[in-house]
Amino acid sequence: MQARQRDSLLVASLKDSLGGAVITFALACVMVGLKVDVASGRGAELFLEHRWLAVATAVIVVFAGRFLLNMFFWKREDAPSIGISGFLPKGGLGTGSANMLKYGMLVLAVVLPFALMFWLGSRGSRQYIDLAILVLTYVMLGWGLNIVVGLAGLLDLGYVAFYAVGAYSYALLAHYFGFSFWICLPLAGILAAFWGIILGFPVLRLRGDYLAIVTLAFGEIIRVVLLNWYEFTGGPDGLSGIPRPSFFGLEFTRGEGGFADFFGLKYNSIHRIIFLYYLIFIMAMVTNFVTMRLRRMPIGRAWEALREDEIACRALGINTTNTKLTAFALGAMFGGFAGSFFATRQGFISPESFTFLESAIILAIVVLGGLGSQMGVVIAAVVMIGGFEFFREFEEYRMLVFGLIMVVIMVWKPRGLVSSRTPSVALSKNAKGISADLVQEGHG
Amino acid sequence: MDYFLQQLINGVTLGSIYGLIAIGYTMVYGIIGMINFAHGDIFMVGSFVALILIVALGITAATPVLLLILALALVLVVAMALTAVWGWTVERIAYRPLRGSFRLAPLITAIGASIALQNFVQVSQGAKNKPLQPLISGGFQLTDGGADGSGFIVNLSYVQILIVVTTVILMVGFTYLINNTNLGRSQRACEQDRKMAALLGVNVDRTISLTFVMGASLAAVAGLMFLLYYGVVDFYIGFLAGVKAFTAAVLGGIGSLPGAMLGGLLIGLIETFWSGYFSVEYKDVAAFSILAIVLIFMPEGLLGQPEVEKV
Repeated sequence: MQARQRDSLLVASLKDSLGGAVITFALACVMVGLKVDVASGRGAELFLEHRWLAVATAVIVVFAGRFLLNMFFWKREDAPSIGISGFLPKGGLGTGSANMLKYGMLVLAVVLPFALMFWLGSRGSRQYIDLAILVLTYVMLGWGLNIVVGLAGLLDLGYVAFYAVGAYSYALLAHYFGFSFWICLPLAGILAAFWGIILGFPVLRLRGDYLAIVTLAFGEIIRVVLLNWYEFTGGPDGLSGIPRPSFFGLEFTRGEGGFADFFGLKYNSIHRIIFLYYLIFIMAMVTNFVTMRLRRMPIGRAWEALREDEIACRALGINTTNTKLTAFALGAMFGGFAGSFFATRQGFISPESFTFLESAIILAIVVLGGLGSQMGVVIAAVVMIGGFEFFREFEEYRMLVFGLIMVVIMVWKPRGLVSSRTPSVALSKNAKGISADLVQEGHG
Repeated sequence: MDYFLQQLINGVTLGSIYGLIAIGYTMVYGIIGMINFAHGDIFMVGSFVALILIVALGITAATPVLLLILALALVLVVAMALTAVWGWTVERIAYRPLRGSFRLAPLITAIGASIALQNFVQVSQGAKNKPLQPLISGGFQLTDGGADGSGFIVNLSYVQILIVVTTVILMVGFTYLINNTNLGRSQRACEQDRKMAALLGVNVDRTISLTFVMGASLAAVAGLMFLLYYGVVDFYIGFLAGVKAFTAAVLGGIGSLPGAMLGGLLIGLIETFWSGYFSVEYKDVAAFSILAIVLIFMPEGLLGQPEVEKV
C-alpha cells in the first residue's frame, strides 16, 4: 500500500465502484439478463426472455451505491471489505433493559389473545393468534435447539428430524392405537429423546463442521424414510385426521359436552385457537424454565464448559459422552414436544414440513438471536417468523431475503443480535457480563 | 454381467461429475478448514449459465458436429468464467469478513448463501425445471444383446465418453497446476500454515479467492456435464449434488485432490449400483449413510492425512 502512489479519494472511489459495477455485470449478465423459459405450446422448447433493463439497473445501483459509500461513509482511501460494521451500533442490550423487556414480553404474551379479541373481535383476531402460535412454536424449537447449539456448542443441522419424530409419533400413535394428545405428548417427547441419543451416540467423536454435516445427513435420512415408507407413514400423502387436543377431557366441539357448553359459553371456534395458544405458551415456558434451571446445575455448567473448550473439559474429568448425550436428548425431547403440538394443531402432517430448510430456519433463529441467549431466540423468532408472514405477498422473494439477512447479520454481528454470552459462573464480581467478543471460542 | 457393465459405465460417468464438484469442497476445506456449503449451489448456477448460453447460441442437435464441438467449448469457457465470478463473490461477501471469527460463523453464512443462491435462481429463472433436448445423441453398442435379442444391450454413449474424457483432461491439468506452478505452491503453503505463508510474502487473501475461483469453475464444468447427461436442471439440484460431492470429498480424504476424484468415482458407483440392484427410492439414504459412516469411523478418509488434535 505504501509503495503505490495513492490516488485521491475521488479517483479511488471511482475505481472501486467501477470494479463493483464490472463484477455486478458479470454476475447479472446471464443470470438476470436472460431468462430461460419453457415454451408451453411448442413441445417443451426452450426460449429466452431478455431483461437488460434489470441488469443495467443493478449495475447502476451498485456503482452509485459503492461510490457514495466510498465518498461519504467509509472515508478511507483503501476500499474496506464490507462497510456495514462501521456505522451500526455495537454491543448487546444492557442487563437492566433486558430484564424490563423480558417481563414486558411475558406480560404481553399472557394477555395477547384477549387483547386481540378485545381489539379486533373474534373473527378479525384469529389470523393474528394463529401467527402468534406459529411464532411460539418456533420460539420453543429455538429454545430446544439452543440447548444443543447455544449451550453445548454442538452444531446440529438436523434438528428438524426430532420435530418430525415428535409429530409422527403422535400422528401414528393416534392413528394406530387411538391415543389422545395428552398421552402422546410425553410419549412423543420420550421417543424424540431416544432418537436424540441414538443419533447422538455415533457422532460423539465428531466436532464442528463434521458434526454439522452428519446431523444434516441423519435429518435427511429420517425424512427420506418417512417419504418412502408408504405403508406405515403414508409417504408423501402424509397423515391426516390427527385428533385435536381436549381441555381436561372437554372437546372443543359444538353442542352437548363440549367446552363451550360446559362453561356456559356460546360456541365459537376461536376458543380452540386460544387454547392452543396457551398450550404452546406453557410448553415454551416449561422449555425455558427447564433450560434456565439446568444451566445452574452441574450438567449445565458442563455444557458451557464443553462449548468453550472440549479438551480442557476432558482434562478436568468431565464426562463428555454423558454431557453431549444429555444435550442431544434434552434438545430432541423439546423438539419432539413441539412436533406433537405441530401435528395436533395442523391436523395433518407430511414429510414436506420437515425439510432441511426448516432446520436452517430454526438454526438461524438461534444463531441470529445470539447463541445461548434465551431472549435473543424470542426476538429473532418474532422478527423472522413475523417478517415471513408480513411479507407474504412477496412470497418468492422472502427466502432470498432470508438467506441474505442470514449472511448480513452474521457478518455484522457474528455473535447474534443479543450477543452477551454471559458465563453462568464467574470468579469475581467484576468478571460478570463478559462481552462475547472477549470470549475465545474453543474447538467445536 | 452385461447389466453390471452398464451400471459400471453409468457409475463412472456420474462419479466424474461428483468428483469435479468434490474438488471444490476439498480445496476450500484444505485451505480454510470450512465446509463451503454454497458450493453445491455454485454448481447449480454453473449449469444454469451453461443452459442459458446454449439456448442463446442456438445450439441444437442439428448443428454440424464441428460447429457443435466449438460452440460447446465456448459455452464451457464462458460458463467457467462467469461461475468463477459467482464463487469469488460468495467468498468475498460471506466468508472473507468472517475470517478469524469463531468456527461456526462461516458455516452459518455458507448456509445463508446457499439459501440465497437457490432462491435467487428461483426468482430470476423461474421454479419450473428446464428440459434441454439432447445435443449429442448416439454412441457405441458394446454388446448386441445376444443372437436371439434377449440379452441386455450395453450402451456407451458419446456424452458419457465426453464427460469422462473432459474430467480426465481437467484433472491432469489441475494436478499440474497445483504441483508445478506458483499459484499451486502458494496454495499448498496456505494449506499448511496460513500465518507463516503470509509472513513469507504469500498473498493469503488472494490465494484463498483463487481457490474459490478454481473450485467454482470446476463446478461449472460439472454443471455443463450434468446438463448434457441428464438434460434437465432446476434450482434445487445443488443441494443433493452438493451433499453427495461433499461425501465424495470426505470419503477420499478431505484436502486431497486425487482423493476427491477417487471418492467421487466411488460415490457415483455406489449410487448407481444401489439403484440398479436394490432400490431407487433409497439411493439418497445410501449416500447419506456412507457420509455418516465414513465421518464416524474413518474421518481421515482413504487418501487423507489424519487430523492432529491441537490444544
